[in-house]
Amino acid sequence: MERKDWPLWEVFVRSKAGLSHKHAGSLHAPDAEMAISNARDVYTRRNEGVSIWVVESKYIHSTQESDVESMFDPNEDKIYRHPTFYDIPDEVGHM
Amino acid sequence: MEQKQALFNYLLRLGDNAAILGHRLSEWCGHGPELEEDIAIINTALDLLGHARSLYTYAGEVEGKGRDEDDIAYLRIEREYRNALICELPNGHYGDTIARQFLFDQFNYLLFSELVNSTDETVAAIAAKAIKEIRYHLRRSTEWTLRLGDGTEESHNRVQQSFHDVWMYTGDLFVQDESDKAVIEAGIGPDLTLLYPVWQDKVKEVLKEATLEMPENGWMQSGSKQGRHTEHFGYILSELQYMQRAYPGCEW
Amino acid sequence: MAQEKDLQKIFEEKIEKEIKIEPKDWMPDEYRKNLIRQISQHAHSEVVGMLPEGNWITRAPSLRRKVALLAKIQDEAGHGLYLYCAAETLGKDRETLVQELLSGKAKYSSIFNYPALTWADIGAIGWLVDGAAIVNQIMLQKTSYGPYSRGMIRICKEESFHQRQGYEILLTLCRGTEEQKAMAQDALNRFWWPSLMMFGPSDKDSAHSAQSMAWKIKRMGNDDLRQKFIDQTVPQANFLGLTIPDPELKWNEEKQSYDWGQIDWEEFYNVIKGNGPCNKERLAARQAAYDNGAWVREAATAYAKKKAERKTKDAA
Repeated sequence: MERKDWPLWEVFVRSKAGLSHKHAGSLHAPDAEMAISNARDVYTRRNEGVSIWVVESKYIHSTQESDVESMFDPNEDKIYRHPTFYDIPDEVGHM
Repeated sequence: MEQKQALFNYLLRLGDNAAILGHRLSEWCGHGPELEEDIAIINTALDLLGHARSLYTYAGEVEGKGRDEDDIAYLRIEREYRNALICELPNGHYGDTIARQFLFDQFNYLLFSELVNSTDETVAAIAAKAIKEIRYHLRRSTEWTLRLGDGTEESHNRVQQSFHDVWMYTGDLFVQDESDKAVIEAGIGPDLTLLYPVWQDKVKEVLKEATLEMPENGWMQSGSKQGRHTEHFGYILSELQYMQRAYPGCEW
Repeated sequence: MAQEKDLQKIFEEKIEKEIKIEPKDWMPDEYRKNLIRQISQHAHSEVVGMLPEGNWITRAPSLRRKVALLAKIQDEAGHGLYLYCAAETLGKDRETLVQELLSGKAKYSSIFNYPALTWADIGAIGWLVDGAAIVNQIMLQKTSYGPYSRGMIRICKEESFHQRQGYEILLTLCRGTEEQKAMAQDALNRFWWPSLMMFGPSDKDSAHSAQSMAWKIKRMGNDDLRQKFIDQTVPQANFLGLTIPDPELKWNEEKQSYDWGQIDWEEFYNVIKGNGPCNKERLAARQAAYDNGAWVREAATAYAKKKAERKTKDAA
């Protein structure tokens, strides 16, 4: 059956130049133009943004909870990726 | 006509257009076709009310009798309101509202694009701020004209009728009187007769894309410049002025 | 593949450790149902709540008041929208949720079944109704479900002006003429008790309270929230010079809190059942908006489809 209501979109807002777009929330709209217009009216009424991305929610793919262990835990013990892993004498100064 | 009086009249018209159309749009609040649309339409209403406040405040200064925005907005009698007739027409269904809005936005956009260059610095400053918002209003009402015109058969028929119904009120937007002439001469505002063909072309272009027929120019209603309103206007005032009239002289 | 028992354990550990539950995480069916019920009820309340105040937009007594009121009601539409979206992450779409409201299956806050009769009511709604809602919503910022919590944080941030807007209206009235002050007192008289009812039945009589607390959907009980609201509101009423319509209200030095009278629960349950002064009007207004908007929504969908098809055709 064809859906009668407007599809769901995810809205990402850049709060000021130089920052990344960040997920602000969702809304319904029939097309991208209106999704952007609505996003402006819904999520930037208080000067929250300078740029907006919208994407239809169905196009977002995500990790599953069941994958969490294999996806993210293996990095927990790879402390050699962090600067504090390496001993440098204080005399060397900031590095 | 005295320059000051002409400017005052002119500011009232601009202010009344914004205030009365903003008032009409605000009636949609809570009753729009979708929640997102409620929010969007209230934004337009808020923009217009903002324009009205600046214009009324300045009109009060020009007049020099100590009237503030509320004295002007609330305490005139019917014949003293000078908004274009199209602004006071009832909301009707959503197509009626969109048709009214698109035709007015297109007019307002052309007008304010010129007012940005007004020789009156305050008018130019108000216009510079307002034009950004009006550009957005026009974009929105254009998009909706396309959606409804080129949407379903039902929406096409409905909005086509809306354009036919509202058409006889469009001529009134471009009528000029002595005040306009004084304002044009002083370089404060544009000559509306020059804007009219541009307005027609733009409207035609959008209606064509929306698969809608441009209504024929038949008999046009007029009278707003003399404060001669439609029958609908009295009801607007009876709500708008209710508190101020029932409790005169109070702070709110 | 983890067994349901393990999943249940993981879920409970998260609740215990204050780790938020997110949309794709496993959760017990009852938790999901409970959340959908509460969040959608909250969303419906925001949307229906636009109506009593909306009555006064065209009659607002000054332009400043008019734009403030419009902006406030617009926020309520926004808040309804955020909340519907939060509920949708749980797998029930807005269309279905709205149908549940219109059919009377879903509830909304009973306070909105009371009429807004005078301009002072707009002040009282902002001060008391939003005040009560904020007490509840501040607590809900810490709710265990991520999207609900984030929605609440955003809503609390935006709502901070709502209560001030209402209080300022009343303050102006109370500093005005005798007639204006009487209008303010009358509004307080009518809205005080219904505002206290907004926190719901006493925890001992509440069907959902205990489970919601255990799952940390709610972080404080109805009675504690109600008391908190009373304690913070009474001094504000005193400052206005208005009298709270409760002869039993008095400061209790020992518990550092107010003692107060009895809520008329019969009225409460009757208003919920549909016997409030405006239940029918409110639902009829929502139904009309839905019905009158149907052809508009359909047109927008049809246009979007045509445009997408043209684009594909042009690209080919």
